[in-house]
This record gives sequence, structure tokens and C-alpha cells, in this order.
Amino acid sequence: MNSETVISQAPVSAPAQKAEQRNHFKEKFTPYGFLMPYFIIYGVFGIFPVFFMIYLSFHLWNPVEGLGSMEFVGLENYVLGLTDPTLWQTMWNTLVMAILSGVPQHLFALPLAYFLVMLGSRARHWLTTAYFLPYITSTVAVSMIFYVMYSKDSGIFNAVLLYLSEAPLTAWILSGIKESLPLGWVQENSLIRYSVSFVVWWKYVGFNTVIYTAGLATISQDLYEAAKIDGANNWQRFRHVSLPLLQPFIFFGVTLTIIGNMNLFDEPFVLTVGGQFAQTNGKTISNYLYQVAWQWLDMGSAAAISWILFVVIGIFTAIYFYLFGRKGLGGE
Amino acid sequence: MTQSQATFIVNLYHKAGKLVVYIFLGLFAFITIFPFVWSAILATHDRSTMFARGISFALGDKIAQNYSNLLELMDFWTGMLNSLSISVIGTSFSLIFCSMAGYALATYKFKGRNAIFGVMVGSMMIPPILTLIPYYMVISTLGLANTHLAVWLPFTINPFGIFLIRQYVVASVPKDILEASKLDGASEWRTYWQIVLPLLRPGLATLAIVQFVFLWNNFLNPLVVLNSPEKMVITQMLRGVQGVPNTPWGAVMLGTTISILPLIAIYMTASKQMISGLTSGAVK
Repeated sequence: MNSETVISQAPVSAPAQKAEQRNHFKEKFTPYGFLMPYFIIYGVFGIFPVFFMIYLSFHLWNPVEGLGSMEFVGLENYVLGLTDPTLWQTMWNTLVMAILSGVPQHLFALPLAYFLVMLGSRARHWLTTAYFLPYITSTVAVSMIFYVMYSKDSGIFNAVLLYLSEAPLTAWILSGIKESLPLGWVQENSLIRYSVSFVVWWKYVGFNTVIYTAGLATISQDLYEAAKIDGANNWQRFRHVSLPLLQPFIFFGVTLTIIGNMNLFDEPFVLTVGGQFAQTNGKTISNYLYQVAWQWLDMGSAAAISWILFVVIGIFTAIYFYLFGRKGLGGE
Repeated sequence: MTQSQATFIVNLYHKAGKLVVYIFLGLFAFITIFPFVWSAILATHDRSTMFARGISFALGDKIAQNYSNLLELMDFWTGMLNSLSISVIGTSFSLIFCSMAGYALATYKFKGRNAIFGVMVGSMMIPPILTLIPYYMVISTLGLANTHLAVWLPFTINPFGIFLIRQYVVASVPKDILEASKLDGASEWRTYWQIVLPLLRPGLATLAIVQFVFLWNNFLNPLVVLNSPEKMVITQMLRGVQGVPNTPWGAVMLGTTISILPLIAIYMTASKQMISGLTSGAVK
């Protein structure tokens, strides 16, 4: 303490002043130094392209012919995009598959988590490990496996259905569809959404279950005890104690599901063999964007579609957060 | 009804309830595991035994033949190696870049810090699919098309990772240590590299899991930028055989099974860490 005061009172010599200045300079710029990789990479891959995409959306560009082949077309790409029935069809497909896979995900994950926390820690650990396994596996590998299981001639789904339609006990249930067996799970326009949604559901239930298990762990046992003393049964305890307190977790889980489903690409891409099967109902926005940009080589239109999507998604996100955000985040 | 009869009925009711719970949990575990087991079983069959089988869990004896078919079908191990190198290099760089940024955001007060926060949160909200076209344009403009760099470099600055590290720095790096290190004459960089990084190990492990799983499983980005067979990653190669006429599905299932084994092996030894790591964005 004493020595410090001495130093600060001593007249500052010229080199010391310089060193001080240098220190000051260093102090000021060090954080930017540490952030440099972020600035460079984000600038190059994050900010610059957005502006470039605005520019591109007013042009016709075939990437194979290089940057020189760009041709100004004004708003044509936007007009084409907005009047393109396929764009709206694929948006609808994405929405339908998001609901078909998303809603059951949470309807299964909640009771699974609720039952899991009732178990001993050993059983809970093993079951959680099993449930979470699909989440770490690559979507392509998983979709390939399901593609084989969905196969019309040799797939396990059809084999089981065929077996059940002939077994004496179950034949009457399946008599309605017996004529149409084996089913083309990934070939038929009427089935593809269910087939894709099932894979998505299967892959993400475990993830949501873990989120809800963690959420349930934050709820104090005293509350359950109190509810029990008040005569609440198992269902009432779930409905009136767990569910309200899980709200922030549900909000978060549902948000992640929505974001994930808007980006749905791999599963429908693999299951429809790159868009060869069930073109009309099985194609998501992402699949369509990929097709326009890389198969039809029309980057300008793809950029315009991206902007249209950006606006649509922005509107839906705003509505979602307006409706549920405040409640979901616990009234803050 | 006597007292004992009543207890008996209540007990029965509880037992039945428990049984329903166990059946539900067990059934779901079966649904989850079944496709993995099934693909492993199919990996031992060829076309003829697969088509004739109906429902049977018997293992076939065609695994060696499937393996040689697989190698004929694609450059399987090149794909595995490409995936591995992309995942390892990409994960390593993202650990460095994210921890640098997270450390700076946590310890320094500087102009523009809030703006950077805002941009990061904003960029997390944008669905990746919308950035696919610009991503491809930048890659091809920079001449990075068909390079592995294009598949990992843009993902080394994961905003989620930066936040995660920032939280860890705030929670587990005491300011006194940083002060002491500076008084000892260590440079800013050395303080970060030798003092801060070791303290961040748990946070870095979490981030490494997230990044490795993402890079290993990534399909869309390799699909649009990697187009020569010797550069392709394993997910791309597996998908590619769908177009082959008379696909030898046994061989493809063998390849699929092998390709998911590395992650499953890591998962089996560190499932707790991986689960908590991959859900840390949601749970904390």
C-alpha cells in the first residue's frame, strides 16, 4: 500500500510514460484481438453474404458459368418466387410435417420424463442413454436405415403388416388395407409425410425427454408432498404441479422443435431419394431451395426464395413469441 | 370388505399402474433401439436372403461378402477418414476461437461489446437454411469449393459455444488469478493460454462434444460444396448409393452401421457428459 502511493507520487519519466501509453493501447485493443477470429469468420461467412444475397436476388446467375455470367433482372426473381405454386406447396409440406412430428414428440416426451424421474437412478440412467441414442446418430444414417425398413418389397414395416393381416387375431383390423399391401411408404404421395414425420419423431423424442427430465428435477419434492396431502392423485399432481412449473422448459423445447423443423432437409431428402419419390408432398422448403439452386442452377431465384422465406419465418416467429414468449419465459 | 382386502386392492392398483409405466418405458426403449439392431442384422444378409426372410431376427453369414461389396461400391474408408479429419480439425479450431471470443466477452469491458452480443443472439435466430446460398457463394468466390476447409471453418465460431465459454469464464475463472498473472508480467495471450484455458476444461469438453457431433453428422454443407469422390464425407457417400441400380442393401447397411459406431462408442463411455453437453443450451 505504502510503496504504491510512493510510485504514484513520483514524477513520471518519459520512457515510463511511453510504456504507460503502450499499456493503455494494449488494454484497449486486447479484447478485439481475442475476438479477431470471430470478426473475420463472421464477417466473411455471416455479414458479407447477406448483402451479397440482396444483390444476387435481383440477378440471374448460373454458378457453373462463374461470376461474370450474372445478369440483372430486377424484381423478376421475386415475382417468380411469389407466384410459384411449388414454393407455397413446399412451405405447406414443411408445416404439416413439423406438426405431425413435433406435436407427438412433446406428447411422448412429457410422460416419458415424468415416469423416468419416478425410477431409481440406475434404471433411469440406462433408459435415458437408450432414448438419447438417436439424437447423436447422423440423420443420414438413420434415414438410410428407415429407408430400408420402409422398403416396399422387403421392408420390415410391410412384412409386419402382411403378417398381421393374415394372423387370425388381427386380420379383421387390417382387412381394410389388405388389398393395398405392401404399402409404398416412401413412394406414395399420401404416405410420405407420415413416413418422414415418424423418423423425425423417433429421432428427437429422446432429446425432449432429457430436457423435461432436467426440468422435473428442478421441481421441489415438497410441492408434490403438499399436493399429496391435499389429496391430489398422480394425474392431478402431473397436471397441476409439474405441468405449470415445466412451462419454461416446454417453451424452450417447442422453440427448438420449430427451428429444427423449419430446417428439415436430410430426412425427406434421403427418404425420397433426393426428391425422386413423392415429389409433391414430400418436399420441404429446404429441399426445394436446394433443388432450385443446385439442380436447376438458378441461384438468383434461390436467393429471392430465401428472402421470401426470411420474411415468412420472421412473421411466424414474431407471432409465436408474441403469443407464447411472455408466458413461456415465466411472465418476465 | 375387510381392511386387508382393501389394502390388497389398493396394492394391486398401484402394481398395475407401475406395470403400465414399465411397459410404456420399455416399449419406447425397444422402438428406439430396434432400427440400430435391425441395421446390424441386415448387414449380415445379402439381397437374396433379405427378400426371402419375412420377419426373422436370425443373423446371416454374408458379412464378408457385404464388406467387399461395400468397398466396391464406395471409397468407404476415405469417407470415414475425411469425416474424422474434418470433425477433429474443426472441433479443435472452434475450441480455440470460441474460447478466445468468450474469454474476451467475459473479462474485458470495451466499446461495442453489447453490439457484438446483439449480433450473436440475432445470428442464432436465423435458420441455417437461409444462409445456405450465401454460404455457397462465399465459398466459391474464395475458391474454397471442394475443400474440407469450407466444411469446417465457417462453423468454428458457434455463437452458442461462445456464450457457453463466456458463462464458464464468469463462473470459474477468478479475477484475482488474472490480476496476479498480469502482475507477474505474463502477456495477455499467455494469461489466456496458460491460466485460463486449463480452468475451462469442463466447458471446453462440452463444446467439443457439441461440435464433434455436429461436424461428424453434417450432411447439407458437404453436399453443396464437396463434389469429388476423394473429398466426400461418409454421410454423402452413404446417401450416394441410393441411386445405384440393384443396390446391395446388405453392404449399405454394413457401411451405415460402421459409420455410426465411432459416435456410439464415444457415447457408451461418456453418455452422461454427452447428454448434458448436447442439452446444455436448453437446460442451463
